[in-house]
Amino acid sequence: MSEIPTELKYAASHEWARLEEDGTVTVGISDHAQQALGDVVYVEHPEVGQTVSAGAETGVVESVKAASDIYAPVSGTITEINEALEDAPETVNQDPYGDGWFFKIEPDDVAELGELLDAPAYGELCEAESH
Amino acid sequence: MPFIPHTAEEVDAMLTTIGVASIEDLFDEIPDALRAGRLEKVPEGISEMEMLRIFSERASADALGPCFLGAGSYDHHIPAAVWDLTARGEFMTAYTPYQAEASQGTLQLIYEFQSMMAALTGMEVSNASVYDGASGLAEAILMAVRGNRKAKSRRVLVPETLHPLYREAAAAIVAAQDVVLETVPMGSNGLVDAASLPTSEAGLAALVVQQPNFFGRLEDVDGLTDWAHEQGALLIAVANPLTLALLKPPGEWGAAGADIACGDGQPFGIPMASGGPSFGYICTRDKLVRQLPGRIIGRTEDLNGKTGFALTLQAREQHIRRGKATSNICTNQGLLVTAGTIYMALEGPEGLARVAKASHRNTAALTDLLTELPGVDVHMEGAFFHERTLKLPVKASHAIEALLQKDILAGLDLGRFYPDMEDVILVCATEKRTETEMLAYRDALAAVLTEAAT
Repeated sequence: MSEIPTELKYAASHEWARLEEDGTVTVGISDHAQQALGDVVYVEHPEVGQTVSAGAETGVVESVKAASDIYAPVSGTITEINEALEDAPETVNQDPYGDGWFFKIEPDDVAELGELLDAPAYGELCEAESH
Repeated sequence: MPFIPHTAEEVDAMLTTIGVASIEDLFDEIPDALRAGRLEKVPEGISEMEMLRIFSERASADALGPCFLGAGSYDHHIPAAVWDLTARGEFMTAYTPYQAEASQGTLQLIYEFQSMMAALTGMEVSNASVYDGASGLAEAILMAVRGNRKAKSRRVLVPETLHPLYREAAAAIVAAQDVVLETVPMGSNGLVDAASLPTSEAGLAALVVQQPNFFGRLEDVDGLTDWAHEQGALLIAVANPLTLALLKPPGEWGAAGADIACGDGQPFGIPMASGGPSFGYICTRDKLVRQLPGRIIGRTEDLNGKTGFALTLQAREQHIRRGKATSNICTNQGLLVTAGTIYMALEGPEGLARVAKASHRNTAALTDLLTELPGVDVHMEGAFFHERTLKLPVKASHAIEALLQKDILAGLDLGRFYPDMEDVILVCATEKRTETEMLAYRDALAAVLTEAAT
């Protein structure tokens, strides 16, 4: 059973989003997603300054068995990427909700976060997918 | 090991088990509109005897005297051991076997191939090969466009000194991905001039440089590489791998080195065989390894600590990544790479350098002999490898046709690709050409020119 912190929002494509105090949104992939991918070996980041719309491809996460796209959960501008993942991609497996974050977005409209799934709804989605 | 294992009985048993009457029924959900139907132009199967007769006839059409034609496919000596070993049953299969549990020999051979190619090109990583040099260039261009994220451009500069057929093949392949290949004119000396290369607001993903170039000339690879990098572009090197035994490897071009090197492996143990098949190579930098298409073999350790070989970095191939794969090709030229690897292993760095030097010397001797004839001159003066352009007092096509009647393959008519070079012939003399053959070429050409002058 994977961990699904209740304070986060989730996209059906398995990214999590957290609204920070400075107004940016931190994005990563869920515990469920990292378990399904297996050992992460590479993360391809978007570029800082790039504008993205919700649902747009903003990178790739590659494990020993698959390469999957990462989608922006909200629209906005990329303000920061987690460069530490270049040398230590395994952090995504070890700490998906902490040091394994992918990038930060300055959202165009914070209200978009409301359109994402909450923890119970995301838990049901994961449950349904594993059957 | 049987690679085409299903007998009719086995197929029936499988169909019965899953409750389907025929293979056709198994595919009935594919709409008619998507089906190719009967392939009208593909002939029925023929017997082995019939096939051998047809192909012997076709092969005999090639069986000419000495070959002075280069331009991408070269008549080098192939040591007997190369194909004796390559044709062993362990190597010669209907499909390159990649299964680590069953194919350690094949995988190790490919790993050795990759190591040798990386060493020759001065790059960090090689794949297991691609179809040929021209398709390798197309893959290199697509790699550069994907990999050069800073440039945000799909524009690639392709000089006229690059093999015209490579340009044509690459254009056909990359056009579907909206890549713009911009042809750059050459200077009168048959070289690219870095000072005259066009800069554009549209940015630049890559510059392609062939060394030696199509005319056998040596480009200023250091200057061109530095120019490309100053523009924020990647530098794609196209190189005949034999030449790398003597020339500076692409990995050391300019201040930072080329980013991708590709080319055709035909000079390494592959017969000219009417123009094919052959194998291509692509080598690159670590930073671009995830853009490298096709198979890559890695060395690893098994649970017991023993060295073993396995496919690696497969996650971006089409069987996993579907439409987002790095390429629609995820195989390699297994058998020809086997021959190429055995050739490189037999020759070693010294042997390759000997072949390269002998080819250069023979081409120099040939052009010395031919330019003794009145009206025959070196067209593009300057450093060359084992090909040279000669200006003739007659149309090149005429001289080539006339020498063909005397069983001499005289070279390539450059007018076929460069309209203002109708009287220019591209010649090549590999290590195989003897003095007698070169003298025969000179005398035959002298007779043709004398006849044309009267």
